[in-house]
Amino acid sequence: MASRLALPLFVLGLILLGTLPDVPPFWITLANNIGLAALVAIGLVLLTGVGGMTSFGQAAFVGFGAYTTAVLTTTYGVSPWLSLPCALVVTALAAVLLGLITVRLSGHYLPLGTLAWGISLYFLFGKIEWLGRNDGITGIPPLSIGPWSLIDPKATYWVIWIAVLLAAIGTTNLLSSRIGRAIRALRRGGLAAESFGVDRMRVKLIVFVYAALLAGLSGWLYAHLQRSVNPTPFGLNAGIEYLLMATLGGAGYVWGALLGAGVVTLLKDALQRILPAVLGSDIQAETIVFGIVLVMALQVARDGLWPWLAALFPSPPPVAPPANAKPLLRRTDDIAVSPLLEVSGASKRFGGIIAVDDVTVAIPSNAIVGLIGPNGAGKSTLFNLITGILALTAGGVRFAGEPIGGNRPGDIARRGIARTFQHVKLMPEMTVLENVALGAHLRGRSGVLASLLHAERAEEGRLLAEAARQITRVGLAERMYQPAGSLPLGQQRIVEIARALCLDPRLLLLDEPAAGLRDHEKRMLADLLGQLRAEGMTMLLVEHDMRFVMGLVDHIVVLDFGTKIAEGSPAAITSDPAVLAAYLGAQP
Amino acid sequence: MDTTILLFLIQDGLINGAIYALLGLALVLVFAVTRIIFIPQGEFVAYGGLTFALLSTGTVPGTVWLLAVFGVAAFVAELWRKRHVLTLRWSARHFAWTILLPGAVLLLTQFLARPDQSIWVNLALTLAIVAPMGPYVYRIAFQPIADASILTLLIAAVGVHLSMVGLGLVFFGAEGLRAPALTDMSFDLGPLPVSGQSIAVFVVAAILIAGLYVFFDRMLHGKALRATAINRLGARLVGIPAANAGQLAFLLASALGAVSGILIAPVTTVYYDTGFLIGLKGFVAAIVGAMASYPVTALAALGVGLVEAFASFYASNFKEVIVFVLIVPVLMWRSLHTAHVEEDE
Repeated sequence: MASRLALPLFVLGLILLGTLPDVPPFWITLANNIGLAALVAIGLVLLTGVGGMTSFGQAAFVGFGAYTTAVLTTTYGVSPWLSLPCALVVTALAAVLLGLITVRLSGHYLPLGTLAWGISLYFLFGKIEWLGRNDGITGIPPLSIGPWSLIDPKATYWVIWIAVLLAAIGTTNLLSSRIGRAIRALRRGGLAAESFGVDRMRVKLIVFVYAALLAGLSGWLYAHLQRSVNPTPFGLNAGIEYLLMATLGGAGYVWGALLGAGVVTLLKDALQRILPAVLGSDIQAETIVFGIVLVMALQVARDGLWPWLAALFPSPPPVAPPANAKPLLRRTDDIAVSPLLEVSGASKRFGGIIAVDDVTVAIPSNAIVGLIGPNGAGKSTLFNLITGILALTAGGVRFAGEPIGGNRPGDIARRGIARTFQHVKLMPEMTVLENVALGAHLRGRSGVLASLLHAERAEEGRLLAEAARQITRVGLAERMYQPAGSLPLGQQRIVEIARALCLDPRLLLLDEPAAGLRDHEKRMLADLLGQLRAEGMTMLLVEHDMRFVMGLVDHIVVLDFGTKIAEGSPAAITSDPAVLAAYLGAQP
Repeated sequence: MDTTILLFLIQDGLINGAIYALLGLALVLVFAVTRIIFIPQGEFVAYGGLTFALLSTGTVPGTVWLLAVFGVAAFVAELWRKRHVLTLRWSARHFAWTILLPGAVLLLTQFLARPDQSIWVNLALTLAIVAPMGPYVYRIAFQPIADASILTLLIAAVGVHLSMVGLGLVFFGAEGLRAPALTDMSFDLGPLPVSGQSIAVFVVAAILIAGLYVFFDRMLHGKALRATAINRLGARLVGIPAANAGQLAFLLASALGAVSGILIAPVTTVYYDTGFLIGLKGFVAAIVGAMASYPVTALAALGVGLVEAFASFYASNFKEVIVFVLIVPVLMWRSLHTAHVEEDE
């Protein structure tokens, strides 16, 4: 209950601050600055904390918003309200251009890239003639509503904080949606997400532009509050300050951005007022302290302050499916094509190493095929080739009669191939339910706007209900609301199966599903797979537990050193001399 | 453009490029040993240049106090972290390294700072003042999070940069300084006048680069550093202390930074925040070298110097923009180059 009261209480505090007569104007100025910074920090939380893309360059987008409106309102006399969409469009265009490059940078190259264009844009703002060079632009009109001019910071206060609250609520909504799950899946590399039809680059770009738009909005507000702009607040130091806010607040939490913005802004103000008096003027002491605070935050509280504050309130209930959601539509093109999957002459080279060499396999419809072989035989590589994670060096793959070799993983998933991973790829901090719901990504279609407004609740309910149904089906119903990382590894593999089932697949690729399971769990898994086969599912199974494989599968393919050395019925394989040699060493 | 201007631009570019090469190598070195992308590298350049310039006028530079600040901070931070496992022996050594050493440097500087002091003494003093800051910074900021991700270390490095620039302003003020040249010698190379200073820059840079190469490829200490870089745990198991490796790398980095500052202070006016941009250019070179290759980094640094020289001739307003925008395609190319399937992360 207390957690539900937090937001209304916060809003009440804001209203009181804005309406009480005796509030010093200075407090309002601070609150405005906090609000402006919070807008940027909210975007950065989504970008950095949730999406895993650290940006030092957000201040540049504030600059795009601010300069656009400054030029339009002073040089061309455009009304501020008309310049708002223009400022957002300009920011978005800049963000798309920079984003197309930035989101493709890998690992630590990405933050370095943001550092590079962040600095470049700062210099650019200071060099361009019609942006007033380093002097900037002055005489920007204040916002006005009809005849009523918002020249008083107390009036702009309302505009700023309404924007902040809308941004925070919208971003929270976005995160608890289908798109939000895809965004949250980015941070750990996103390979699992990609295998369930999430277009990684597109989602990254969406997040990037979204964060930039919030920064641009902040810039637009800043220009009309400040009535002048110059390059300084859009430089690298400002970019680092925004990152400090997001980190200090708690880089994964939307409301942490508000907390971080508040703490940093108040600290900055205090330092700017107190320290010059002590140490003499003109010594940006706040930069020294901010640097230290940032390093200390990384050393002692890497999750920031928000978890600590949130612990004071009871945690909100976990996301749960609605009781009466309509079931999702099933795949309708379920005609029995046989063989369902044909791999012909598939090869994969990594430099000089041939991981898979001219492998030809046909998987009949409605069967379980075992793929066995010693470690390093190329089983997982073959999975990656079938699912489009790796590109074929030679050969082809056909699914249901159509060629899919060279297609993107998302397209292959859409056709009905789902997989699990040898090295479990779940989001450990998300609940089992949310993890499994990621598998149903392609069965929903609502976009960013609907998610921001939470206009997609009906569809989201159906996706969650489907996830819950699959979790129950694999026998993990009582684990549904636990963080996936808290489950034993064997059960995490089962969660991956549930996630794969959420795709409504026609072919299921299972990479060592029984590893780490106890005996009775293995029996349950075998029952489940048998039942799936009875319902018409086709499965390709990599497994080392021979008893498990032999009792279950219809057909076995044996790989060794990247080549197929045998295939046949389980009984035939157990007496095949080539297989025995591969597993037990050559006969003397 | 006539030949003289062309030659002049090339000379200018190569001199700056040699400085960027030194910094680029320091960045590669630090990254190779600690996985830290050491954004504050440039601050040591500013500290070194300003310290040297002030010593040349006979002033006791503020950096001696800054060194004391770093020393005390390192002393307190380490003492606090080791509070449960303190031994007298360790405490005494720690005290000597972090309190007595800066104290000695402080006294020595006060004693030796004279307007007519020999340039070599000033050189040595500058190194004695700036070089120990590297290990202190490592102990204060990075040692406790040495096992964190590259990303976390990068953000910490940016925080350290922010603090060090701010401290630079406090201890040096906003005024820029220029140091006297190491040598007044000059001669003409065809139509081009060549100063002894530019020769000095080249010779020193070349010697240091060669020295680094020998150190890393031929000597046990250097090999130990490389081992730590490749596998921290493995190195520790065979008895190479990872923390010492980190401090040693930082010592080399701050010393290289200080030398770069000494070399550049007679050529260009150094401000408290000059180092950042200089360091970033070394950084562009280090990225071209994939933060791993010393020769590629050195060559790329010369390239950055040349691009900058020509950019300042053709589009002086956009010199910095051009240099930094150049990083982006390089990062792009590096990203594609290191594309891999995440499997066992």
